[in-house]
Order: sequence, then C-alpha cells, then structure tokens
Amino acid sequence: MSTNEQPALLEVRGLTKTFTATPALSEVDFTLYPGEVHAVLGENGAGKSTLIKVITGVYKRDAGTIHLNGKLIEPRSPGHAQELGISAVYQEINLIPTLSVAENLYVGRQPRFLGMVSMQLMNKKARKLLKTFNIDIDVTRDLSSYSIAIQQIVAIVRGVDLSAKILILDEPTSSLDRHEVETLFSVIRSLKEHGIGILLITHFLDQVYEISDRITVLRNGRKVGEHLTKELPRAKLISEMLGREFTETLGKRSNQITNSDSKHDTFLDIKGFAKRGMIEPFDLEIKKGEIVGLAGLLGSGRTEMGHLVFGINRSEKGEAYVESKKVKISSPRKAIRYGFGLCPEDRKVEGLIADLTIRENIILALQAKLGWYRHIPYKRQEQYADEMIEALHIVTTDAEKPVRELSGGNQQKVILARWLVSNPELLILDEPTRGIDIGAHAEIINIIKRLAKEGKALMVISSELAEVVDYSDRVVVLRDRKKLTELTGDEISEDAIMQAIAEK
Amino acid sequence: MKSRFFPLLVTFLVFSAIYAYCYYHFSSFGSMRVVCNLLRDNAHLGIAAIGMTFVIISGGIDLSVGSVIAFTGVFCALMITREGMDPYLVFAIVLGMGTIFGAVMGVFIYYFKIPAFIVTLSGMFLARGMAYVLTTESIRITHPLYIRVSKLVYIFPDKGRFTFAAGAFLAVLVIGIYLAHFTRFGRNVYAIGGNDTAALMMGVPVGRTTIMVYTLSSFLATFAGIVLSLSKRSGDSTITVGAEMDIIAAVVIGGTLLTGGVGYVIGTFIGVLLPGVIRTYLTLEGSLSPWWIKIVVGGLLFGFIAMQKLLSTRPKLFSFRRQVRPTTVSTA
Repeated sequence: MSTNEQPALLEVRGLTKTFTATPALSEVDFTLYPGEVHAVLGENGAGKSTLIKVITGVYKRDAGTIHLNGKLIEPRSPGHAQELGISAVYQEINLIPTLSVAENLYVGRQPRFLGMVSMQLMNKKARKLLKTFNIDIDVTRDLSSYSIAIQQIVAIVRGVDLSAKILILDEPTSSLDRHEVETLFSVIRSLKEHGIGILLITHFLDQVYEISDRITVLRNGRKVGEHLTKELPRAKLISEMLGREFTETLGKRSNQITNSDSKHDTFLDIKGFAKRGMIEPFDLEIKKGEIVGLAGLLGSGRTEMGHLVFGINRSEKGEAYVESKKVKISSPRKAIRYGFGLCPEDRKVEGLIADLTIRENIILALQAKLGWYRHIPYKRQEQYADEMIEALHIVTTDAEKPVRELSGGNQQKVILARWLVSNPELLILDEPTRGIDIGAHAEIINIIKRLAKEGKALMVISSELAEVVDYSDRVVVLRDRKKLTELTGDEISEDAIMQAIAEK
Repeated sequence: MKSRFFPLLVTFLVFSAIYAYCYYHFSSFGSMRVVCNLLRDNAHLGIAAIGMTFVIISGGIDLSVGSVIAFTGVFCALMITREGMDPYLVFAIVLGMGTIFGAVMGVFIYYFKIPAFIVTLSGMFLARGMAYVLTTESIRITHPLYIRVSKLVYIFPDKGRFTFAAGAFLAVLVIGIYLAHFTRFGRNVYAIGGNDTAALMMGVPVGRTTIMVYTLSSFLATFAGIVLSLSKRSGDSTITVGAEMDIIAAVVIGGTLLTGGVGYVIGTFIGVLLPGVIRTYLTLEGSLSPWWIKIVVGGLLFGFIAMQKLLSTRPKLFSFRRQVRPTTVSTA
C-alpha cells in the first residue's frame, strides 16, 4: 500500500490544455505513488483521455508541469513517453493478431543469436517474462487465438518490460467477462508488488473499489476531488462525478400527468433481451404515450440497451412483442418496419449526412421505409421539409441548406424531423440534448413531451439527471451493463436515481 | 495446431495429392528430369514470386513485376548485342535501375499514402512502355558469357539437367526464407501486414520496411529478368505479359493471406511449382487442351481464397483455444 510519505512517482501540477477556446483540462493536479493503483474517474468530457494523452505526449500541454521521479519531463510522443518509462495500454489492443505471443512481446527488439533472429531464444525469454506475472501460456501460438484478456495482459507485459515505471490502463476491462477481469487483476496486483504506478481509467465502479487505492474525480476538465478509495463512500463518488449534491432538491417534475396507467396500451414489451459483453438480460415495457428515461453512468449499458431494441446489435436471447404480437428485431430495417426510430448519440458520425441538405436528410428514413423504387415526389419532399422546419423551429433560411452549416441544436432537430416524417410509434433518443445550447435544449425537451402527448412511445437516454427526472414517466436505472431497477411516478427524483446507482 | 500453419498445410497436401496423381499415371514424375525441368521453367516466376511474397505479407501488392522482367530482358539484349557492353556491367546497371524503381514505388505508397494497387499499376505500364520503346523486336544474345552459362549444368544420372536458372531459383528461395524468418526486416514485414498502426506504435520502422519490401520485389523481378534472359538467350518486350497475375496466384495458393500478416516463402515455392506440375502432366497426357491449366489454377485460387475468408472470420474453427490458468504462486 502507498503512503503519502513516499516520494511520488509522477507529479502533475496545474495541467491545462485548451482546444479551440474550450479548456479540456484546467489546472489539474495528479499524483501517482509507486505501487499504487490510482483510478481517474469522470463522465464524458471530464478530461480523462486528455489527461492521459498529455502525459503520454500525444498532446502538448499549454501550462503546468509533469515530474517523473522528481525530474521535469516533456513527453513529445507516445514513443518518447515510453522511453521515459510511461507506457499506455488502450482498450483497442495495439498488438499484431497474426504474430505469436512471443513475437508480439519482442516486435522491434527481437533477440538475435549470431546476427539471426532466434525464435527459440525469443520463446524462452517470453515464457520467462510471462512467468513473472504468473501467466503460463503457449507463447508460440498466434495472439489472435487467445482471449481479449490475455491479449490485454500481453500488451501490459510488453509495456512493463519496456522498462515502464508507470502504466496507464485505459478501460482495460470493458470487453472482459468476470473471470477474465480476475486474471487481469492478478497481473495488476503483481505489478503493484513490483513498485509500478498504475493509472487506471474505467467506468466500472465495482472494479474501482476492488482494485484501486486512490481515486481522482474529474468533471468538465477540472479536478473535483482526490480520495483514498477506502475512505470514499460510493454515493459521494457518484455525486462528485455527476456534480450534484444528494441533499439538494433539484429537478422539479413538471411532467405530472402520469401516463403509465392502465388505460394506455403497451406498445413494446421486451422479455430477457441480452448480449454477452454488451448488456445482461433485461425486461422492458413501453406504453403508448409514455416516456421512459434510461439513466446510469457512462458505460452503464444505456446506449447498448437502445441498440438492442433497435436491432443494431442482435439480442442473443429473449423475446419482443409489438402490440402483443411477437416480433424478431433482427436489424434496424426490421425495427423501422415495426415503427421504431432511433436518433443516435453521435449525430455527426451515426446520424446526419453533413453534405446533404436539410430536405434530403429529413426524407432519408421515409424513403428507406418506402423502398428506393417508390420515389417521393420532389414537391412532397419540400412539403415535408417545410412542415418540419416549422414544427420544430429549425433555424435556417430554407430547406436546401447543407446540414453541415447548421448549429448543433438545429442538427439535432433535423434528426428528430427525419424520424418524425416517417411517423414512428416508438422513438429512441440517445442523448438528444448533448452539446446543444440552452435555448435549443428547452425546445427539444418540449418536443419530447409533445410527442408523448400525441401518443408516441419514447425511450430517452440521457446523462442529464435533471432532464430525465423532468420528462420521464418511468426511469430505468442501469449500472455496469445491468438493469438495476425502475422508478415510476413519484418515486422519480435525482436522489433516488443516484441512490439506485450507488447501491451495492 | 497453430492457425498460421493451416494454409501452408493445405497447400502442401494439395500439391502432394496432385503430384501423387501425376506420378501414378506417369512414372517419369519420379525422375530428376521432370523435377529439374520444373525448376528451370518456373525459375523466373519463382524468383519474382518470392519478392511478391514479402509484398503480400506486408499487406500490399505489386503489379509491376511482369513488366519489369520483360524490360530487363530487352535492356540486357539491347545493351549486350547492339551496344556491345560487358554483360556484368549491364547486369549491375539494370539491377540498380530495378532497385531504384521499386524504392520509388515504395516511397509513393508509404509517404503519399497512395494505394499500392494504383502505384504498381502505373509501374507496370511504365516498365512495359519502356520495354516497347527500346525495341519491339526480339533480339538474340550470342555473347560468350551466355554460352558459358548455358553450359553450366549438373547432369543427374537419369539425364536430369540442373541448370543455372534452377540453381538461382533455389538460392533465392533459401535467401528468401532467411530474410523472412531470421532477420528483423522479415519479422517487421509480418508485423506491418498484421496491423500497421500497432506495428508503428510498437516501434517498427514502418516506412523504411514498406519501401524495402517494394525495393526487394523490384530487385528480384529484375534478377528474374536476367535469369530468363540467360536461359532464353534473347530479349523480347512482349514476354511475361500478365505474369504478375500468375505470380500473385502462386503466392496465394502458397498459403499467403491476401490480407497480409501470414505467409511462408516455402509455400510460394510450392505455389509456383503447382501449375508447372499440371502443365507437365498435360504435355505428357497429350490429348487435353493446355488451357486446362488456367481452369485448374482458377479453381485452386477460388478454393484458397474461400479458405482464407473462413480462416479470418472464424479463426476458432482452426485453432483450439486453451484455457489460461493463472497460478496462485506469488512473485518475490
């Protein structure tokens, strides 16, 4: 265990990094002691990845200092950082699947005998190296024949063997199952014994409490707190991450008309949908005219739940009923046919085609639903676009403007419009208010409420607790890829949601 | 079994089966005469194919080799017969030209990030064009050195003639295996083909290695041109049209994955000889059209590509996952 009397391995002081006027990190301090696991936690945009990118020399810092073993360092590139003793292992493993385990450990520095690369020597060294981490595998086999966990461990071992003093692990467990996490943790523990300092980024809170000694919480690029793990209650950690106090009474529910009474029919009923590595089995029922909010921390499985419902990823088991009729949601095409719509989280990547006009973007889903050979007349297209521009208050000169030229809020409305013209029964919205200004924010929320009143079923994924509390008739709470509970009606409050997430 | 070896194993089994079939019908397949002829007739393709193996393992392609072989032959014939230059000097010059040609293609591919397909396609037209511009006639080479080389033959008891070309082919094969498996350059080629961004992050000199791969390919294609010129004792700009396709086919049949990262030089050796064996069979058989060879090669290619696809999408079919047991003994 680490104590504060020990000299620090890595000392980061007043680190600031700004991208085009928005600070990604401002005056962040971070201290890592030898032999400790220090978890850095925070929601999306908290600055976790910027922090590790500055430490590993991917980005140049604007201000602040980094000391390694008391010496000021200026990492220029990941390679340079590695020479200094800082290695990083990322979620997507940067190894070569077609080479053997031993070769992956020694790529670029293969042991040679009489000037020739010697596989025997390499295999021997690799076996010995892995032994020190209690890993006993056949090093001559292809890396790709091993599980992700082993690949991750090989990456870690390679990093450490390159004389690493500090190891940065970025979401190392996100694609591992429980057993594999154990294997990985046993390696991490043995690294601690070797006096290596480990910076861990993860969104699995259980794992944070299992493996870490210290926690630093970041929010909006600032350090919110640093605690010894054993002294930090879960509830406090969550409120720090989300930036809300438990005692505060926030988010007055305006949506008091509870729609979830029996006179409304169930639109979608899902029983036991699940996919390994994505989300554990869950039931979900959505009535017509009901807004179901999905709440949970980043990586809790909210988006995955949406993707499974919309058929982007196929559920491995379970059944789905649309208006009491059994259906198979095997692809988004099928889902659209059943009357579903989904507005994805990243509208730039997944949703809009930036170079097409507002009209073209709006018409896309409808045209897809009709089939490409049933062309919608131009006049009709214009009519749809104009209707939507008016209904959703999209700020634009006309419908022929490329979507790229619109603001974030208006782009979001165009996506909404796309699904609205195809008149879906169920609309899944993933972070509909992310990255848009306050005015547009309120408008989007009003649109959501209006749609529910019109009898549509809505499933809204959001990190904004106040927002979820405001419009939801029912809130599904998730953690670590598992549906924890559902809150209905008067049970819904920010406190209750946070409590549910924090509960063991 | 290691899944890497699987394509090679299949290649070996298919070759053995076909050879056994041929031997069953014509016992001469057991003689050194047939073996030596196979090596001699396929020497130029084989030498270039070994260079191509490195290119494909690195995840690239080189379409220029057939043209480079033809250009080399024409250049040698012209310089030696018409200009009366010393053959050794001509070989040195043409090898230098081939090397630079490959290096330039490599630079375009790596630094300008142009797909290898496009760059080497341009190289193919360029080299073929230069060959035609030099001459469109077939030029004989009667230089004493050529006569001497043609007499450099080891004759087996059964009259099998082990020629210079066959020797050159085997020598390049040995060097190719050495380069691929016993040098850092070779291992880096595999690493790049497996995942080039990961290789870069692991400190592999990706740029240098990529350029060296195309340089090696063009160098060997040029050498193949010299070997062909020595055995044909002539230069002709119309030869080896489309040879790059035969060569790529040989490499793929030899078990090298088109997606890169996996392959063996020895597999290419077998892949080159396979069509040769079929050609010999058809010649001895006499009644079948020699074009059957294309059909067989095409069918084999289909089979191998389908197998590769299976291998890359469902690797578990071919490898047996072993459970890892983390031992509980703590480290000191």
